[in-house]
Amino acid sequence: MNFSFLLVAALTLAGALAAMALRNLVHCVLALVVGFVGLAAIYLQLGAQFVGLAQIFVYAGAVAILAAFVILLTQGVEHRTRPAAAMDWAVGALLACGVFAVLAWAVVRGVAHLPIAAPPSNAGVHAIGDAMLHRFVLPLEVAGLLLTVALIGAVLLAMRDGEAGA
Amino acid sequence: MLGKGIALGLAETARNFFGSFFRRERLTTVQFPEERLPQIEAARNFPFLVFDGADWQQGMRCVACQICEKECPPKCILIEKSKDKKPDATGKPQFYPAVFNIDVSVCMSCQICVEVCPFDAIKMDVDFELSTHDRFGGLLWDKQRLSKSNEHYHHIHPTEAAAVDAALAAERAKLAAKAQAASTATPAASTPATAEGQA
Amino acid sequence: MSLFILHLLTSIHALAASTIGHTLLMVVPVMVVFPALFAVTTLLERKGLGRIQNRYGPNRAGPWGLLQPMADGIKALTKEDVVPEAADRLVHFCAPVLMVLSAFLVYAVVPVSRTWVVAPLRAGVLFFFAAGSLMEIAVFMAGWSSRSQYSLLGAMRALAQMISYEIPLVLSAMVAVMAAGSLSMVEIVRRQAGYTGIWPHWFVLTPWGLFGFALFLIAATAESNRCPFDLPEGESEIIAGYYIEYSGFKFALFFLAEYLGMFAISALGITLFLGGWSAPFSFLAWVPTWIWFFAKLLALIAGFIWIRGTLPRLRMDQLMRFAWEFLLPMTLCNVFVAGAWKFLPAGVLRWLGCALVLLGAYWLLGRRLEQRGGLPQRNYRFAE
Repeated sequence: MNFSFLLVAALTLAGALAAMALRNLVHCVLALVVGFVGLAAIYLQLGAQFVGLAQIFVYAGAVAILAAFVILLTQGVEHRTRPAAAMDWAVGALLACGVFAVLAWAVVRGVAHLPIAAPPSNAGVHAIGDAMLHRFVLPLEVAGLLLTVALIGAVLLAMRDGEAGA
Repeated sequence: MLGKGIALGLAETARNFFGSFFRRERLTTVQFPEERLPQIEAARNFPFLVFDGADWQQGMRCVACQICEKECPPKCILIEKSKDKKPDATGKPQFYPAVFNIDVSVCMSCQICVEVCPFDAIKMDVDFELSTHDRFGGLLWDKQRLSKSNEHYHHIHPTEAAAVDAALAAERAKLAAKAQAASTATPAASTPATAEGQA
Repeated sequence: MSLFILHLLTSIHALAASTIGHTLLMVVPVMVVFPALFAVTTLLERKGLGRIQNRYGPNRAGPWGLLQPMADGIKALTKEDVVPEAADRLVHFCAPVLMVLSAFLVYAVVPVSRTWVVAPLRAGVLFFFAAGSLMEIAVFMAGWSSRSQYSLLGAMRALAQMISYEIPLVLSAMVAVMAAGSLSMVEIVRRQAGYTGIWPHWFVLTPWGLFGFALFLIAATAESNRCPFDLPEGESEIIAGYYIEYSGFKFALFFLAEYLGMFAISALGITLFLGGWSAPFSFLAWVPTWIWFFAKLLALIAGFIWIRGTLPRLRMDQLMRFAWEFLLPMTLCNVFVAGAWKFLPAGVLRWLGCALVLLGAYWLLGRRLEQRGGLPQRNYRFAE
């Protein structure tokens, strides 16, 4: 728990909080990018270069941009804002507490709380590739299938829109 | 095959690139302040006031009729008519412009002032290097700055200037003959407004 | 005097011994050399384009126009910094900063010479793409925060183009990563630095390397918004694209970032396919390694200028079709060939076979692209 970790953690939390609280949706996306980059920095601090850089590449690079695209293409570009706090904030708080409780229980009761001598420094491409293509090949394929289905669905939606217009 | 056109284009630009170093005639650029193209006779850029003889105040053809001031589309000409009269180049007493200003930055070089002038007093100059550091005073030209001799006019537009001179001489000869014929009658009013029609 | 120099040298040595000093000695040259290269390149580009169009190019500031970049810099510095009234001031200010930051970050992993690399990361290639993707965010910030239709259109075009061409870019870079078996740029260069006879082991000398390099260059041209893929800043349509509302030094920063991006992606191409800092022949290995790196970089820059002087700008639909219907299948095919290369027995037959497969794919895909070249009938939903 050194100084740089505290700095990065504070940055990540600030980004996430700003992404929830800001009124302008584009500002929210930019704050989210800060959160993503902070998360990537935490991965990098743990010695997981591949995961950390992929986090920036995929989330800060592609996902945030896609989110920005969606906001700009669907909303009335920037004048539409949303209320800072939703009416049913109590429900949200309850859900958040529930999720936090489950996570905390998992951390405390799971094996992860056992002291680890040193973080595995070879969490590199080889280890990840090995795990992905041997032990976790089925979940990987299922995730790929899910994404393909989502892609086909998006194409279908876009096609119907085009036919209706023509 | 895909990419053939791109390869041909690349070869062409490479030929241009290397050719421009070895064959001087490829480079068509004129290096302006040092090199100049010969002046084209029909060129025109900015009006000037023509005067006859040696003294610009004495020989100024302009009689401050203010037609050009009224016709100027961007309104860049300012004329104030004089109170007194003074003899022009032919010795006839005429009004003259007390003030004749043209704003260089407003003028659009349309030549309408030249077309409407009944006295051939304003013509187009070819000088185009008019830039200055003083954007207010330096670009508002007064009548002294605007005055250029008939010799200058002959120098820049020889054909046109010769035609104008011939027309003016014919006009004066006609007037003189008329004056001689009617020497006993009352002298003709000083309205030489037919010069334009005859020229 | 000599005593002073000696003192200086020893102090530099002492500085280099400490970690901070070592980092400084690595970082400062990067921060100096590449912007200087930017200044030289703007002049070379204008001179070269001039010659391609049978003109002289800039030749007024200083002898042969050599001081032109300095004049441009002074002009940019002394110009007024205009911020549109409706602009989102904070985001508007951050965009050029983030742009230049990400452009410089990328150089951290580029091995300029045998010993000169700022951060020899294990996942260097990935770091390169990750830092480059921050540039997309900066483009979006610049385009959106200016509150101008032109800049927003430019940003949308730039993002659509960068996201589309990032896929072929990464896929074409992947063959070199596969061959080297490492994501570290230092390691990739080290794998190419050997010689057979006098010939180097550069990846570009293999069929998949040659095709990979060509595809990489095409995708890199699009990724750095260079001609003929410069739609995001097409002067005839949207004037300067996402940075239209920037003036003075902020504009210069965008310009700098754009050129730094071009150098960086050229440096990546050199590292992945052209053997990085290694000499082209074994008998030239005595020349300092950084000279080879910069020689290759200048050659690639000259190539970019040549392309810019030759090709006209593409249309948006041509751009997208080229990415998805030609580049993507071609790079996928290249990845398969590179994989097969690894398992086939070495020899001339392997070389010829792989080259034939790739040429066939090129011919088929190219024919398809040309046959279906015409624009389809467009239905305007709103314009009629």
